[in-house]
Amino acid sequence: MFETFTILTLQQYWWVIISVLASLLVFLMFVQGGQTLIYTLGKTDTEQSMIVNTLGRKWELTFTTLVTFGGAFFASFPLFYSTSFGGAYWVWMAILFAFIIQAISYEYRSKPNNFLGKRTFEIFLFANGALATILIGTAVGTFFNGSMFSVDKMNLTQLYDPAISRWETPFHGLEAVLNPHNVALGLAVFFLARILGILYIVNSVKSEEIFKRAQKQMIYNAVPFLVFFLYFVIALLLKDGFAYSPGTGEVFMEHYKYLHNFIQMPLVLVIFLAGVVLVLAGIALFLFKKSIKAIWLAGPGTVFAVLALFLVAGLNNTAFYPSTFNLQHSLTIENSSSSHYTLTAMSYVSLFVPVVIAYIYWAWKSINNKPIEASDLNEDQTHVY
Amino acid sequence: MTENFDYSLIDWSRAQFALTAMYHWVFVPLTLGLGFIVAIMESIYVKTGDPAWKRITKFWMTIFGINFAIGVATGIILEFEFGTNWSNYSWFVGDIFGAPLAIEGIMAFFIESTFIAVMFFGWDKVNKKFHLLSTWLVAFGANLSALWILVANAWMQMPVGMKFNPDTARNEMHNFWDVLLSPMAVSKFTHTISSSYLLASIVVIGISAWFLLKKRHLVFAKRSIVLAAVFGLVTSLFTILTGDYSAKVIAKHQPMKFAAFEGLSVGQRGAPLVALGIVSSSPDDPNNENVKDFAFKIEIPNFLSYMAFQDFDAFIPGVKDLMEGNEEHGIMPAAEKIVRGRLAINALAQYKEAKKAGNEVQQAEAKQILDENFQYFGYGYFENNPQGLIPSLPLTFYSFHIMVMLGFWFLVFFALILLLVYKNRISTSRFWLRIAILNIPLAYIASQSGWITAEMGRQPWVIQDLMPTMAAVSKLDSNAVVVTFVLFALIFTTLLIAELKIMFRQIKNGPKAGGN
Repeated sequence: MFETFTILTLQQYWWVIISVLASLLVFLMFVQGGQTLIYTLGKTDTEQSMIVNTLGRKWELTFTTLVTFGGAFFASFPLFYSTSFGGAYWVWMAILFAFIIQAISYEYRSKPNNFLGKRTFEIFLFANGALATILIGTAVGTFFNGSMFSVDKMNLTQLYDPAISRWETPFHGLEAVLNPHNVALGLAVFFLARILGILYIVNSVKSEEIFKRAQKQMIYNAVPFLVFFLYFVIALLLKDGFAYSPGTGEVFMEHYKYLHNFIQMPLVLVIFLAGVVLVLAGIALFLFKKSIKAIWLAGPGTVFAVLALFLVAGLNNTAFYPSTFNLQHSLTIENSSSSHYTLTAMSYVSLFVPVVIAYIYWAWKSINNKPIEASDLNEDQTHVY
Repeated sequence: MTENFDYSLIDWSRAQFALTAMYHWVFVPLTLGLGFIVAIMESIYVKTGDPAWKRITKFWMTIFGINFAIGVATGIILEFEFGTNWSNYSWFVGDIFGAPLAIEGIMAFFIESTFIAVMFFGWDKVNKKFHLLSTWLVAFGANLSALWILVANAWMQMPVGMKFNPDTARNEMHNFWDVLLSPMAVSKFTHTISSSYLLASIVVIGISAWFLLKKRHLVFAKRSIVLAAVFGLVTSLFTILTGDYSAKVIAKHQPMKFAAFEGLSVGQRGAPLVALGIVSSSPDDPNNENVKDFAFKIEIPNFLSYMAFQDFDAFIPGVKDLMEGNEEHGIMPAAEKIVRGRLAINALAQYKEAKKAGNEVQQAEAKQILDENFQYFGYGYFENNPQGLIPSLPLTFYSFHIMVMLGFWFLVFFALILLLVYKNRISTSRFWLRIAILNIPLAYIASQSGWITAEMGRQPWVIQDLMPTMAAVSKLDSNAVVVTFVLFALIFTTLLIAELKIMFRQIKNGPKAGGN
């Protein structure tokens, strides 16, 4: 089936898959958001443990989605992988360190004789929650604002200096924080993750006290989220974007490029608006109706909104990873992708994704159909973090 | 133009990859093997309904969980390191190499991460059979992920199923099945997983032996020992068989690495296998006839030739043959490979220029030269440093021999333990119980030695014959890599200490605290 597709169709298909994985990842970062709220929502030891345990049952899903996102990006658009990861070294390394310290924290936090102490592992969780969301958001901001890099495949033929992708500033990614638009996205992701964290926790932890604090916390997080998110979106719609000519691949600046993308891809616009409305509706439902089910609105809303932003970044002849050092070195889905053969093979693999989602749903349904209570933290009954 | 490679950057990048990979490998083999051991234990529990087996299962499952978490923590970095530190590599072969990594995520990691939750949290929530299935799926998922990453590693050692595309300046996949089913992939996967099962068996026996020495939890310890010894005996046999197969594949496809295994400077017919040896201090000067390869050695005559080619008289090339060439045996001198590699690299540049200029005749000519010489592409980077083609002989030799000797010792050990069990003397043989505990670090040394053999022996190649480490590395300031190296060393060491402390405490607490 996929063999008959043109390379462009496969490239678009894979950009959509990358976008779906990215949007699921941002939704699943409710785990990270929740990790920054352990002390604000939980005041007693038991409350904090309930929060840690309910997040702890989901952290691996987020983690695995991140790893799969990375692998899928590598397999489908390897030039992005080599250019961005090797170039924006400090940003990616900081993100990786943030995930390394997360991976042991749940399992080791409450184990006796754990060397660093419970508090340290909780700080690790907090650091992961804050750093991962802000840095990933900021890094994705560069998809719209560009970075200082060059790509020349012929460097391979230079005997002593064969590096194809080069970062053209000595800051290796840190310079991204100098652009307020990038940072706004980073902070918007951070506060969104906290909003989702709150909604997930009230849905999965049975505690009046936590619920009361969550209501207050929601306001503290929803307001800055809206400020940063609106700033990001309005600036995005008004800014010049990185477009390319489909025939020649020549990259040029186009006024209102991202606004044009929304208008020229109305379905993406609908997805985006639906996403925003669902997120807002989720926040409102929780604040005004005190519903604990609001995660089921805000979660899918996040998926829709992030999906639309990624589609706008890469489709409709847009360079998804622009170079401000040399426009013509910008990465597009056409000049950075894998071969037709590999994209085809990987497309067959992608058919497994629905199967994966189905068994995850089925497995979780079978063990996690009621909220966590204080009495669930009995070590004799089950595995406790 | 730069006059030389930035060796400080290359060395630190290699050091960082070695550090992170070796740390990761401290935890992976136990996960691979213990997953199955726990699944077998739980199967017995489900079959017999005996609560003692449930206790046994839960204890080992706790150990599994502690070890698994740090395996995940140290694993994430490896995937991304290909991009962060080996960016040229990621483009040059990303069209092939990215696929197994993505498949690993989609097909294996989600199985692991989903069903490990059922395994830990589902005891009272799902029925026994579903729980058992989940435990098996965790073991299966872990091993499936090993399959894909080892396919990727094998492909670096023996690139197949692809073709170089001068328009994109990279290798492109032409046959997925060739990549998946190459003999290198088969040998690497089977040898790695079987040796990991062996390691897990040694760990289970060692910890159980400690309980027997302390006269605690005797039933638990004895049952664990019997199960692990049977599992270990079978898998150690399989490890030896797959190791033998690996050696044959390497002899054929990576002759320099094979020579390094044995510290073979000068090739010969009917080559002996060095069973034990001390490498002489300067073994890698093949031109000096007076330099001895070994200060001391014990050999098995003709056995190396037989091991490699099933022929006691077969010729095994030494480092000297591979560097200087050997006409009689059709081995091209390294100098000529370097010339050809340079031809290929220059032809690629000419191809691009001709294409830009629209000169089709020149383009076709350049393409032809490139195609004819592409198999030596990577040698072109060694113009001024042909000695860089030789891996470290002492390191490869020692790690190979340590791995092999320990592998055989473990086979004998498993048989011995089973004999003691059969004679009903296992709980009283304090000497052998102590040996069993000492075996635990030995198993880790053997496992790490295996990877040192595989990865140091193939130097300087990241992709055999096509891309050396120097051409693969990301363009970074070497100080940046020093900083991340130090951070990794500090963080991983801290986490390892935490892991060991927690692990020892859980073991000390015994099966009751580990599960009910």
